[in-house]
Amino acid sequence: MGRLILSCALAGCLAIGMFWLLTAPERSDAALLSGLEGDARRGEAVFWAGGCASCHAAQEATGDDRLVLSGGRAFASDFGTFIAPNISPHPEAGIGGWSDLAFVDAMRNGVSPDGRHYYPAFPYTAYRLATVQDMLDLRAFIDTLPPSAQPSLPHEVGFPFSIRRLVGVWKRLHMPDGYAVSGPLDPVAERGRYLSEALAHCAECHTPRNRLGGLDRDLWMAGAPNPNGEGRIPGITPDRLSWSEADIAAYLRDGFTPDFDSAGGHMADVIRNLAMLEDADRAAIAAYLKALPESE
Amino acid sequence: MSLARRVTLPAAILSLAIGAAAYAQQEFSGAINARQGHMQIMAFNVGILGNMARGNTEYDAEAATTAASNLAALAMVDGRGYWVPGSDNGAVENTRALPAIWEDMAGFGADWQAYGEAVTGLQAAAGNGLDALRGAMGPLGNACGACHDDFRQPSD
Ligand code: HEC
Ligand code: HEC
Ligand code: HEC
Repeated sequence: MGRLILSCALAGCLAIGMFWLLTAPERSDAALLSGLEGDARRGEAVFWAGGCASCHAAQEATGDDRLVLSGGRAFASDFGTFIAPNISPHPEAGIGGWSDLAFVDAMRNGVSPDGRHYYPAFPYTAYRLATVQDMLDLRAFIDTLPPSAQPSLPHEVGFPFSIRRLVGVWKRLHMPDGYAVSGPLDPVAERGRYLSEALAHCAECHTPRNRLGGLDRDLWMAGAPNPNGEGRIPGITPDRLSWSEADIAAYLRDGFTPDFDSAGGHMADVIRNLAMLEDADRAAIAAYLKALPESE
Repeated sequence: MSLARRVTLPAAILSLAIGAAAYAQQEFSGAINARQGHMQIMAFNVGILGNMARGNTEYDAEAATTAASNLAALAMVDGRGYWVPGSDNGAVENTRALPAIWEDMAGFGADWQAYGEAVTGLQAAAGNGLDALRGAMGPLGNACGACHDDFRQPSD
């Protein structure tokens, strides 16, 4: 009997140990940054392509207020409501006191400075594919923005999703180790793939999710239910979107469809970000959309 | 209660309900057509400018100025007659107008005002060469998009 209890306890310990091991946060090595330095001017384009202001600026912020990254915007999901934190360069309320390595770990591994998993409402599943240089440039740019003293608010997430360690399991299942579109691409579409998959995270909205909230990579950009419950987010694979490349690029700049209706929903906000990029970058995104595999 | 009455009473209530819904549909169809028509005339004039800005048609200062003036005139139209309470997409079909319009009339009005301001900028730019026109299209798209973002159901 005693032996049985002992072996059960052992098995339990083993299971817990395995869980702990499998869900351990992945950290970057400091060597990753050696010889690299951030350039704030280049970082501005990374910032707009990455869409940080859409989540980290205050709700309804317009104009220069979109550069005040005080957080506070709420995102409802099946797992609870997530509230974007303050990522302004304020030393206490924001991320002003962070090392560059801590920032890169947050962006590419979804891990906080104190070693906890972030929830994937923060689209690090995309930023993971970004270059370290781009992330350092981004950090340098954020450092030039106005600090905000507004404290970050706690998420409204119930048990068991409140256990961040569980996100480690989710990451094992859903963290991508490469691009969704793997085929050989010409250099323009390749640039578009980087912008779309690593920075602008188009798939977060345009790709349907499985029950755990992971992206269904077999239906990449095939369209998805709208999380707000109203209507659907359209598919943008070539079989679903017949617009010319020039029309797509123009839409990403001025927000007008080929028949001059205007973009609505969250896309209007995405376009406010993408409008800040060079024409060549929007043309690259359009070329990437044309290179997507058909979804039917 | 006879069988006939047992069947007809609920049927009557049901048909009354359907009748009421149909009545609401009919009551608002004029208003919905009018406001969608207003939007379509806006889109038509934006199209004249947008096709020039995108290089699909030749830039023509006079035609551009006319389209911008039309958009300014359309911004002045008082549409309160067709943004009627009860005609949202939850209550009637064939409209994408969200109930938020009537829950936040001030916000809706502010977005309409912002559209008017974008059009003023456009009016100054449209006849001033292709580059000026291209520059003014972004703010215009923002003004249309800001309102559609909050007050129009995304396309299905
Ligand atoms: C779709 C919304 C969204 C976008 C876009 C987004 N974030 Fe976030 N971000 C979040 C949420 C939500 C959290 C909180 C995650 C958590 O607590 O688990 C977060 C957390 C963070 C954190 C950790 C802050 C802290 O105090 O621990 C950093 C740093 C960050 N984001 C930077 C960025 C940058 C830089 C960008 C643009 C490249 C960006 N985010 C884009 C939603 C977003
Ligand atoms: C103040 C808010 C507001 C502004 C500004 C606005 N719209 Fe709209 N628009 C709406 C709403 C609400 C609807 C949905 C109406 C309905 O379905 O009843 C709509 C519908 C439309 C439609 C579809 C009409 C149809 O036939 O169903 C088009 C096209 C359109 N808008 C174009 C534009 C363009 C172009 C601009 C800018 C030049 C613009 N809108 C500015 C609120 C706005
Ligand atoms: C935050 C969510 C979100 C993100 C991120 C996003 N989109 Fe969208 N997108 C939408 C929504 C919602 C619509 C529908 C807009 C409407 O109703 O007018 C849309 C519409 C579009 C359309 C028009 C499709 C059509 O048939 O009308 C294109 C093209 C598009 N998106 C491309 C992109 C690209 C490229 C990216 C990444 C660079 C992207 N989107 C990122 C939400 C998003």
